[in-house]
Amino acid sequence: MLSTSNEVQHVPKPYWNPYLSGIGLGLVLLLSYVIMGRGLGASGAFSSLVATGVNAVAPEHAKSNEFYDEYLADTTKSPLKDWLVFEVLGVFAGGFISGALAGRIKKTVEKGPRISVRGRLIYAFIGGSIMGIGAKLARGCTSGQALTGGAVLNVGSWAFMLAVFGGAYMVAHFFRRQWK
Amino acid sequence: MNIPFFKYGLFGDDVSLVVAFIIGIGFGFFLERAGFGNGRKLAAQFYFNDLTVFKVMFTAIITAMVGIYYLSVIGWMDLSLVYMSPTYIVPQTIGGLILGIGFVIGGYCPGTSCVSAATGKIDGMVYLLGIVAGIFIFGELFPLVSNFYNSTPMGQVTLSQLFNIPYGILVFAVVLMAICGFAAAEWAEKKLGNKIVEP
Repeated sequence: MLSTSNEVQHVPKPYWNPYLSGIGLGLVLLLSYVIMGRGLGASGAFSSLVATGVNAVAPEHAKSNEFYDEYLADTTKSPLKDWLVFEVLGVFAGGFISGALAGRIKKTVEKGPRISVRGRLIYAFIGGSIMGIGAKLARGCTSGQALTGGAVLNVGSWAFMLAVFGGAYMVAHFFRRQWK
Repeated sequence: MNIPFFKYGLFGDDVSLVVAFIIGIGFGFFLERAGFGNGRKLAAQFYFNDLTVFKVMFTAIITAMVGIYYLSVIGWMDLSLVYMSPTYIVPQTIGGLILGIGFVIGGYCPGTSCVSAATGKIDGMVYLLGIVAGIFIFGELFPLVSNFYNSTPMGQVTLSQLFNIPYGILVFAVVLMAICGFAAAEWAEKKLGNKIVEP
């Protein structure tokens, strides 16, 4: 009896119905527009982080680069004292709270059965790097462009969103070993 | 009602950072609820096994879109005060393709990788390091790509302006298309044997 109840406690709860979590996500996005007049984001926070790092190591170099300088332009405050940086800190906290409440916090590597942990982590790093480059070229990622711009029918955001699905479906077959 | 509140000076910059953190908590919470802290679930979208990514994303978009539309129609929300990023159509489309490729290889996008790392996934943490590396590479190469980055500017433009379709009709059309898409997604998942990814 005792062991059964313990097992029940350790089973992670299933994910929510997608339409329910979608409405929740949409209301958070709407709230951000209503309170702040802007949507959500993610990759921008990492740009602030990178610009801060480069500026700390090579300030002359950072100043002479238009991309970094955009994040460093306001010298009255740290580039990390930024709306998106605080929002992303919240994303970490919110993800942790939800995961903890549902028993889904677990040190693990998400992968398909046919790839090694090491292989999966190499892919994760390479995929992250490609994503970082793409997000900067597109002026935002799935949060800042697809969701945020999607909701206000922004032309660039919709073109971006279609391209994301297009790019992913185009190459999915070649990386199936990692997931299936 | 004077919406957006921040643009009407209801509070200052310091309070806006507190708001940012709280909105971020909501964002991260629902991403995790949907299963987006799990790279297997996100990648499954691209193998047609589990179309949760499509369903959640478009439910979120139409929820916010309809809300913004009605708030502006009744005159509570001034859309001219809402930030909309300017369109650079070619670099944004190419950026989207690159990002999509990175999505399949890495298993996450920037926001979902934060949730993944926060719930203990090592692949999510490594992915975050990858994003930082990618942005650094982009930054270092910026002088070489800045011309392309700033090419094909269209300014701040909506689909309703571009195609000359009234805002309300377009909102209605997008909702209708999304609902058809959801029906197609449900049908496809059943057809493929409901291989929904669980925690």
